Amino acid sequence: MTDRAGIYARIIELIQPLNSKSIVLTENTSFAGDLEMDSLTVMDLVASMEDEWDIVMPLNMLPDLETIGQVADAVMRLVTK
Amino acid sequence: MSDLLSKFDALAAERAGVLTAGVRDPFAIVMEQVKSPTEAVIDGRDTILLGTYNYMGMTFDPDVIAAGQEALAKFGAGTTGSRVLNGTYQGHKACEEALKDFYGMDHAIVFSTGYLANLGIVSTLAGKGDYIILDADSHASIYDGCYLGNADIVRFKHNSAEDLEKRLRRLPPEAGKLVILEGVYSMLGDIAPLKELVAIAKAHGAMVLVDEAHGMGFFGENGRGVYEAAGVADDVDFVIGTFSKSVGTVGGFCVSNHPKFEILRLVCRPYVFTASLPPAVVACAATSIRKLMHAHDKRARLWDMSRKLHGGLIAQGFRLATATPESAIVSVLMPDQETTVRMWQALLELGVYVNMSRPPATPAGVFLLRCSLCAAHSAEQLEAVLQHFERAAAETGLFRQAAE
Repeated sequence: MTDRAGIYARIIELIQPLNSKSIVLTENTSFAGDLEMDSLTVMDLVASMEDEWDIVMPLNMLPDLETIGQVADAVMRLVTK
Repeated sequence: MSDLLSKFDALAAERAGVLTAGVRDPFAIVMEQVKSPTEAVIDGRDTILLGTYNYMGMTFDPDVIAAGQEALAKFGAGTTGSRVLNGTYQGHKACEEALKDFYGMDHAIVFSTGYLANLGIVSTLAGKGDYIILDADSHASIYDGCYLGNADIVRFKHNSAEDLEKRLRRLPPEAGKLVILEGVYSMLGDIAPLKELVAIAKAHGAMVLVDEAHGMGFFGENGRGVYEAAGVADDVDFVIGTFSKSVGTVGGFCVSNHPKFEILRLVCRPYVFTASLPPAVVACAATSIRKLMHAHDKRARLWDMSRKLHGGLIAQGFRLATATPESAIVSVLMPDQETTVRMWQALLELGVYVNMSRPPATPAGVFLLRCSLCAAHSAEQLEAVLQHFERAAAETGLFRQAAE
């Protein structure tokens, strides 16, 4: 699925195994603050999203992607590019 | 007003927690005396050094020391200048000549540390619109080089040819690409399958940089590194290295056969905007590098030591990061931070210094006691190390815990 809703839903599925504190995931959930992910975990998550949609998400994009919603927007842009 | 240091409170609290449990700070060791490449005095106690990367034991080599002393007396304590202004002496050029001879390459640039060599070369080679494709387990200096530059950074799964291929395939064919690999990865002590990785990089039109910090001196016929042993020298565009491991002093370098290589001296900021190495250091390095060309006995001895330590620890029941001894680093896997620190301290109190490593320096979730061997370790020292490991494991209940 490559519509925004489908991408968002799949991203939630990819994050869920890493959601060790089982918090409620929303568009505004942040990776560092809410999910307390370290940089290695975030980079591994990025790799799984690259493989999911066959895209390139350079690591230098990461500082601008703080929330799940922002990541979904970025994936959407890359998929439709 | 917000305190800028408050962001480190969680780490400070974790550290305080470890220390109040009665252990010594693993990151605050002071060597009161250094007696040889393999022995120092820590807390007033003679300690076997098993975590210094001093692979070839060159720190106390008499020729190296004599060269340093002579340069110190003749050229002074420091250059007080950048390599591109007043900081290039005859000794810096002699050191670059020694590197060219050692590697059989046309060009060599010496930096003030290995960290700066990676920072400078990585950030300068790949610019805006170019891609850097690096191994996930790359050293911090490589990651920092990426962040200093403007290239797009793509990371592939550690040592995976398949993952590298997949990620290269997604990149625009016409874009400039730099694939960055290391010969030996210093945390687990594993080596890269360079033959496969370099072939894939070349098939996708990428330039290849290999960091041989932990491979120089004892891999390959001439001791050039894992890339030499793997037979891929003709396909490697840049080799990065350091003087702070096998060479036995401090400094970093990049060697290359690229015809346009020398221009980097003018555009590489970590080369231009820092002071050059002191004359004594480059004199020590040049002498050491030339001696390493012929150090066949030491190489054989180092490999022998590595095999014995690896085999001895396996026999005692330790879990190691590599199934076979792949390099001069033998990493012992630990279950958690607390056990790692207690085991590390027990070893120190028995008179053995190893490195304690934890995330994020290590790959996710891995705690290590990292041992690095030296060609100058004696058979008696190695025997003592193995006995102390056994005793430390008994004292900390390591195997009892693992069995539960």
